[in-house]
Amino acid sequence: MAHYWQEINALTMRWVRRLSREKFSMLFTLVQPMLFWLIFFGNLFQRAADTQVMQAPNYISFLAAGVVVMTVLNNGLAGGVDLLFDKENGFLERLMSTPIHRTSVILSRFIFVMAITSMQVLVILGVSYLFGVHPATGILGVATILLIGMMFGIGLTAISMAMAFSVKSHGDFFSVLGFLSLPMIFLSSALVPLTAMPGWMSFLAQFNPMTWAIDAVRPLILSGWTEALPHVGMVVLVMLVFDALCLYGGAKAFRRAMG
Amino acid sequence: MDRTIAIAVSRLCKTYDSHKAVDDLSFQIYAGEIFGLLGPNGAGKSTTLRTLITLLHPTSGTATVMGYDTVREADQVRTVIGYVPQERAIDRFLTGREHLQLLGALYHLTKEEAAKRIGELLKLVDLEAHADRPAKTYSGGMKRKLDIACGLLPDPKILFLDEPTLGLDVQSRLRIWEYIRMLKTRGMTVVMTTNYLDEADQLCDRLAIIDGGKIKTLGSPAELKIALGGDIVSLTLKETSRIPSLESDLTGRPAIKTVRATTKGLDIRVETPEKALPTILESANRLGCDIEFIQYNRPRLDDVFIAHTGRAITESPPEVESA
Repeated sequence: MAHYWQEINALTMRWVRRLSREKFSMLFTLVQPMLFWLIFFGNLFQRAADTQVMQAPNYISFLAAGVVVMTVLNNGLAGGVDLLFDKENGFLERLMSTPIHRTSVILSRFIFVMAITSMQVLVILGVSYLFGVHPATGILGVATILLIGMMFGIGLTAISMAMAFSVKSHGDFFSVLGFLSLPMIFLSSALVPLTAMPGWMSFLAQFNPMTWAIDAVRPLILSGWTEALPHVGMVVLVMLVFDALCLYGGAKAFRRAMG
Repeated sequence: MDRTIAIAVSRLCKTYDSHKAVDDLSFQIYAGEIFGLLGPNGAGKSTTLRTLITLLHPTSGTATVMGYDTVREADQVRTVIGYVPQERAIDRFLTGREHLQLLGALYHLTKEEAAKRIGELLKLVDLEAHADRPAKTYSGGMKRKLDIACGLLPDPKILFLDEPTLGLDVQSRLRIWEYIRMLKTRGMTVVMTTNYLDEADQLCDRLAIIDGGKIKTLGSPAELKIALGGDIVSLTLKETSRIPSLESDLTGRPAIKTVRATTKGLDIRVETPEKALPTILESANRLGCDIEFIQYNRPRLDDVFIAHTGRAITESPPEVESA
């Protein structure tokens, strides 16, 4: 057990070190786009969006939950990228030829992605706060949002790693990634409530786990516990199933790739 | 020869879809030797190596490393081996020292143990001055040295090197060879793949020539060359009519193995040129054969390779492995 912790700690610290040396690219590629969504998209549609339809005081406060979950989505789907590069340049083989527990590498990645995502979610909520979006459920609500984010993120990161282990080239990986992320966003309640969508879109959006996550995060920000709790309970169940499926697929891909 | 067996491979097969990357390999590697797997790209060398270091499971057959089965006792195998991958398996953002520290933790060394060993290794591969710079600033040769230091960090009983000098300049190459020889003098067993004939020839105590997933031949470079039938002395005679008489005179003489007539002279396989040349010259003189040209060829590993695979190593194999 002590060995296991030593491995996970060292591997997680590697990701942290890398990040600390890639400060700028991190800042520009991960934090900024999401803030742009919130700041520009949020303000752009402030008057175009109908608050009656949104069921929110203004569009930014409606959008905040969507941007939080979009951050989780993007980070999760990109969570396997570094492992993909490790696989391609042989670093992964080097790690796997050492007497480490087979799950250490993967676990370190989960820990790292979850930690970074949580920090970014806090940044999003902080910026929203500056625009007057004050979470109705307070600190405990924010903690719940982080928990939902992590539950969703685990499954997404597992999908991403499974892809990293399965694809032949990283071109394939990024094509699939680009193909997945936008429909996931548009076919969810991130930008528009389901009731305001064309029928076929709202039908598809119901099956998007992202919709469930957003529907739980949104009342935590806008309404309060009485409205949020049923959604939170539901999303926990949905995410348990989602994560179980993703982890199962991820484990299979990992085993196939690692022999 | 009574020697300790470090690695035993028995009837090893690895199949991808319907393609046999490794086909019924059996061989042994002795403790303390430098063993080479020589073959063109796609011959099955890397697949064999990856099986030995527990990264691939064989489709059938077994391999043991220091007595441990590579599948059932993979963890024990991993504690006694070091691995230097073919790619420059370097994290550009980490410094040389951080690479070694990371591996130190993965081999469960204490901080003190790791620090001591890292200091020694950095000195050994001559990277002390650059240890705290990110690896993206390293040259190809420096990255390779770091690779090797990483492979040596666990103080392995057996070091596996996959194409250790691929793409390196001549000087770095010679330096790497020096390290490998030094490791052998320290008692380490070294297993390497290569598709450079001169590397195999210079460095390996024994080597297996692999092609199409099968071992074509196995032995020390010298044995393999001798097995081809010894050195060849080729004579070109001024008068080709004299060829048959010289041929019959030389046949069966001591130090001469075979004599074969060619269009312009004779190809004579000899045991050693020192003994054979005087005999040949004496005969030619006595029979009044004027020699226009005399050429002496010692078989090179290239000849061994061609003799066993039917083509030069630089020619592409008929079917390329997709691994």
